Formats: sequence, structure tokens, C-alpha cells
Amino acid sequence: MSILILAEHDNKSLKPATLNTVTAATQIGADVHLLVVGFECQTVVEQASQVAGVSKVLVADNAVYEHQLAENVSKLVVDIASGYGHILAPATTTGKNTLPRVAALLNVAQLSDVIKVESADTFVRPIYAGNAIATVKTTDAVKVLTVRSTGFDAAASTGGNAEREVLSQVIASDRSRFVKEQLAESDRPELTAANVIISGGRGMGNGENFKLLEGVADKLGAAIGASRAAVDAGFVPNDLQVGQTGKTVAPDLYIAVGISGAIQHLAGMKDSKVIVAINKDEDAPIFQVADYGLVADLFDAVPELEKSL
Amino acid sequence: MKILVSVKRVIDYNVKVRVKADHTAVDLTNVKMSMNPFCEIAVEEAIRLKEKGIASDVVVVSVGSKSCQETLRTALALGADRAIQVETEDGLDSLSVAKLIAKVAQEEAADLVIMGKQSIDSDNNQTGQMLAALLDYPQATFASEVVIENGEAHVTREIDGGLQTLAITLPAVITTDLRLNEPRFASLPNIMKAKKKPLDVKTPADLGVEVGSNVSIVSVTPPPQRAGGIKVGSVAELVDKLKNEAKVVS
Ligand SMILES: Cc1cc2nc3c(=O)[nH]c(=O)nc-3n(C[C@H](O)[C@H](O)[C@H](O)COP(=O)(O)OP(=O)(O)OC[C@H]3O[C@@H](n4cnc5c(N)ncnc54)[C@H](O)[C@@H]3O)c2cc1C
Ligand SMILES: Nc1ncnc2c1ncn2[C@@H]1O[C@H](COP(=O)(O)O)[C@@H](O)[C@H]1O
Repeated sequence: MSILILAEHDNKSLKPATLNTVTAATQIGADVHLLVVGFECQTVVEQASQVAGVSKVLVADNAVYEHQLAENVSKLVVDIASGYGHILAPATTTGKNTLPRVAALLNVAQLSDVIKVESADTFVRPIYAGNAIATVKTTDAVKVLTVRSTGFDAAASTGGNAEREVLSQVIASDRSRFVKEQLAESDRPELTAANVIISGGRGMGNGENFKLLEGVADKLGAAIGASRAAVDAGFVPNDLQVGQTGKTVAPDLYIAVGISGAIQHLAGMKDSKVIVAINKDEDAPIFQVADYGLVADLFDAVPELEKSL
Repeated sequence: MKILVSVKRVIDYNVKVRVKADHTAVDLTNVKMSMNPFCEIAVEEAIRLKEKGIASDVVVVSVGSKSCQETLRTALALGADRAIQVETEDGLDSLSVAKLIAKVAQEEAADLVIMGKQSIDSDNNQTGQMLAALLDYPQATFASEVVIENGEAHVTREIDGGLQTLAITLPAVITTDLRLNEPRFASLPNIMKAKKKPLDVKTPADLGVEVGSNVSIVSVTPPPQRAGGIKVGSVAELVDKLKNEAKVVS
């Protein structure tokens, strides 16, 4: 039986989280197919067919799929589901939006945020904000999983040569309509794919002060992240939130500035290779997970850090 | 307009979770339990819609053992009108919960179902989407703003790239994100009043739903612990360590 992966993309490029999901699929075994659902997404299809380990790319390119509405995409996936033993998607907001609908329509469970493949029916996933790790086994005929990208290396983006199949189903819902979007534009690396991240918390005081972090980020080629408190206070937009209910990241270097280290924040970053914390409170819990802790006022330490890099 | 809100009783978000020594589950004995924070936000949103005169009736539902009645009473104290407990064992899988809530939503003829985006215990983030699929309703997950007009909900959603706004026709399912609102606290008089509000108990059999799952837990273990780090005395020392010891900065 083959494995179907719902590709993550924005009609222009294939998102890196797809590559980690391909690796998870390869560990399950079998033949890996990528499904690209979108509109005028030819470049995505090109990229998808080159991913190492993918044998087939299925393409549904139609105006009704432009915004990948869950109502439409889930029915399309179910329509082509027979023959697949596993259906996977990256655990992004798109994957999380769509895949549970697929599972319910197939009358099977969904396993969320899988971080490890034990076998074709046994998977590992964090629960309780990562404070417990569950190993679960499913005997469902079709296994539906979202894959956390930090759990798997990225598959090579080139070297493959998948065949293509065009899907002609046009499934549209008249009860859900895209109105608008406000997408963050940034020249920095994407948070979930960055090698270095510098995040600010409530200690930053206001949004203007995030400029201090930008100086360091420029030097390190880093992405910028934030705690929930910094987002709630309106310092930065929601897409920067790292944590249990925001993004999960595991860069080579994570620098937490003015962040106390609540479990919900740690849930999103404690698998980083090296953690640095800058906080003026020497008892802040963030120091318990930091490889290098600096007890200092961030308004002194961050400019100095920028200068010494 | 009638709103159904589903609420789950979970370990309080402040509790430090411990895994049982036999690695079968998380230890919940004598642990403080509360309403799932995302469900609090869901209840708050429904009550605000009622206060604005958009909703007429707010019904809350919880699936679980008798103890979840406590969570339902909290929701009643916050302003919900009626409560329904679907009596099951705790820790039912999401698909079963979605099937039960789907039947309640149909029986109640709810125009809108508001749920949390995620339970902070199972971290599943799926029940609302499953419910929407079972009922063939449109959905708007991870909501940070909800505006209801002309039989439609305009919902701003927190997505990985920023914000997206969808218009969905009612009946529909909305799941809440953190920034949708700030939940109120229940006042003492309202807590007293809530004791007299109606709370019905139903069984899966009453609803004609068979519950069960093909997923079993093999083990639950503590996460790997990070080895303790060190404190550095200065920015210069920090940069030196990052360059020469950790070798993550060149
Ligand atoms: C359901 C739920 C989900 C949640 N999800 C998330 C999530 O996904 N991500 C997340 O981050 N949080 C999440 N939280 C919130 C979490 O519990 C914490 O409230 C939050 O992480 C705190 O953010 P903070 O560390 O920036 O703020 P605080 O805890 O207020 O810490 C600020 C820190 O800055 C330090 N500081 C202040 N001034 C300076 C200075 N001048 N120099 C140096 N240090 C300074 C202080 O010593 C303090 O340690 C969630 C909570 C709930 C209930
Ligand atoms: N046992 C339950 N009873 C009532 N509502 C639930 C239950 N389990 C999940 N939910 C709802 O579904 C939301 C998402 O939960 P989950 O999919 O488990 O992360 C929660 O915030 C609740 O609104």
C-alpha cells in the first residue's frame, strides 16, 4: 500500500515541512505519493517531482483550490484515498485544519504531531505540552497522521524524478469563502526552518524594542520568534509565537531574550540543539533548559551581543 | 440563534505533569483540574454573542465522567443557559467525542458550535474539524476574531503565515485561538445561580452513538531531560562559548 502526503505550499513554492514529512513516510515504508492541491501551482509541482523518495505527484490545480479550504481539500483526499494505507500532512496550520476532516470522513482516528515512527502502525507523539511522550498503536485500516517537522530530517529536495498524475475532480463548497489574508512578509528565514532563532518575550517592553533583536538576527541570519505574552501584548504578530499552541522549532541555536520559560513556551523550543537565555531574573525557569544562561538586563546585553558578533 | 459550546475538563495548565512509574499514563491523582483554557475562550465568545443580542441561547456540552459536571457548572456560572453531560469514561478519543457532539448539535438544532482549538492534555487539535466533517458543516479553526452577520460568520484565523479571514455560512463550527478574547471570571452570585440552571445527563446509547477506537496506548514516558547548562558572566564569554565550545556561531 502506498503513502499519500498532502504537500504544504502557497501555490508558489513547496514548503520545507513537506520534506520532513516525506522522511517520516519513507520510514513507514512503501511508495510515497505527494498530493499538490492548489491553483496555478505549476512550480510547486516541479519542485514536488524532484523530491528524493517520492514516486508520484498527484496534482489538483483549479481555482476552487486556491486557498486550500479544508471543506474542499478533505473531500478530494477522501475521493482518492483508496489504495493508501497512510495519509500524512505536515503538522502546520494547514495540515491541522484539513487532516482531521479527512480522518472523520474515513471514520478513522488521527494521530497529531507525530515525532517518531516506530513501525507502520506504531508512532510516538508528545502530549501535555511535551511533558509526556506517548507511544500509540493504531489498527485503523487507513492511518492518518500529522507530522511534526522537528522530529524528522528533511528529505533531499532534488534527485527524485516522480511521475505525475493530474486529478480532474473539482470539489467546491459554497458555504466557505475566502475573504482576505494578511501575510507577514519578511526576508528572514522561516521560523520553522531556521537554523538560528532569536525570540523576545514580555521583557522586551514594546514592539519597537524588537529592533534590538533584528540587529542580532541580521548578523546570525536568524529568524525572529516570540512568546505568547509578547504576541498578546501586540509587540509582534501571531505568526511569531513559539510554543505549545504556536510553532514548534528546533534550530541549532535558540536565543531567548526576556522570556521566563513557562512550560507552554518550552514545549515549542526545548528540542533546540543549543539554548541561550538572557534574563535579568536569575531564578527564571528558562535557565533550567539553557545551555548558556546570561543574567543581565537585555537592554545592555543585546546591543553588546550584536556588536561582538 | 442557538450556540453550542463544548468544554473539556483537563489538568490545570499550571500543574507540573508527572508520568506514572509504570509508564501507562500521566498521574492525575490529586491533581488540580480546570476547564481547558481554549474552551474558556469558547464559552466567553458565546456569552459575548449573547450579550450583543446575536445569540439567544448558549448550551454547553461536555463528554466524560461525572466530574466534568463541575466544568459544566463553571460554564453555567460564566453565563451559559443550559448544560449537557454525555456520560462516558474519561479520555475518549476525538472521533468518538465528535460523533457524540454531532448528535447533540443536531438534537439541539444549534446554529453555531464553538469549541477550543486544542485540549492541553491530549494536544490533539482535531475534534472541531472532525465534528464539522461529520455534520458536513463549514469550519473556521484557530479564530482570533468572529463577526456574525446575515447568516454568515466572518472569522479571522491565526495561520502559520499570518492571518486569514473566511466567511462561512451557518450552521458552522468555529474553534478558538488564544487571542479571540480574554475570558471573564465567574462572580460568586453567578456561581450560586449556576447551581439551579438545568444540567441534563445523556449516554452514548441515548444519542445512538457507538464509541470506541482502534488506537491503543503502548506507553507514556517522561520526555528526555536536557543536561543542565552553565551561567556565563558576560556577553564576551557567551560569544566565546558559542563560537569555540558549541560551535554554532562562526
Ligand atoms: C493554553 C495556553 C497556551 C499557551 N501557549 C503558549 C505558547 O504557545 N507560547 C508561549 O510562549 N506561551 C504560551 N502560553 C503562555 C505561557 O504560560 C506564559 O504566560 C508566557 O510564555 C509568558 O511569556 P514571557 O516569558 O514573555 O513573559 P513573562 O513570564 O512575563 O516573562 C518575562 C521575563 O522577562 C524578564 N525580563 C523583564 N525585563 C527584562 C530586562 N530588561 N532584561 C532581561 N530580562 C527581563 C523577566 O525576568 C521575566 O522572566 C500559553 C498559556 C496557556 C494557558
Ligand atoms: N471530552 C470532551 N468533551 C467536550 N468537548 C471536548 C472533549 N474533548 C474535546 N473537546 C472539544 O474539542 C476541542 C479540541 O480538543 P482536541 O481536539 O482534543 O484538542 C476542545 O477544546 C473542546 O472544545
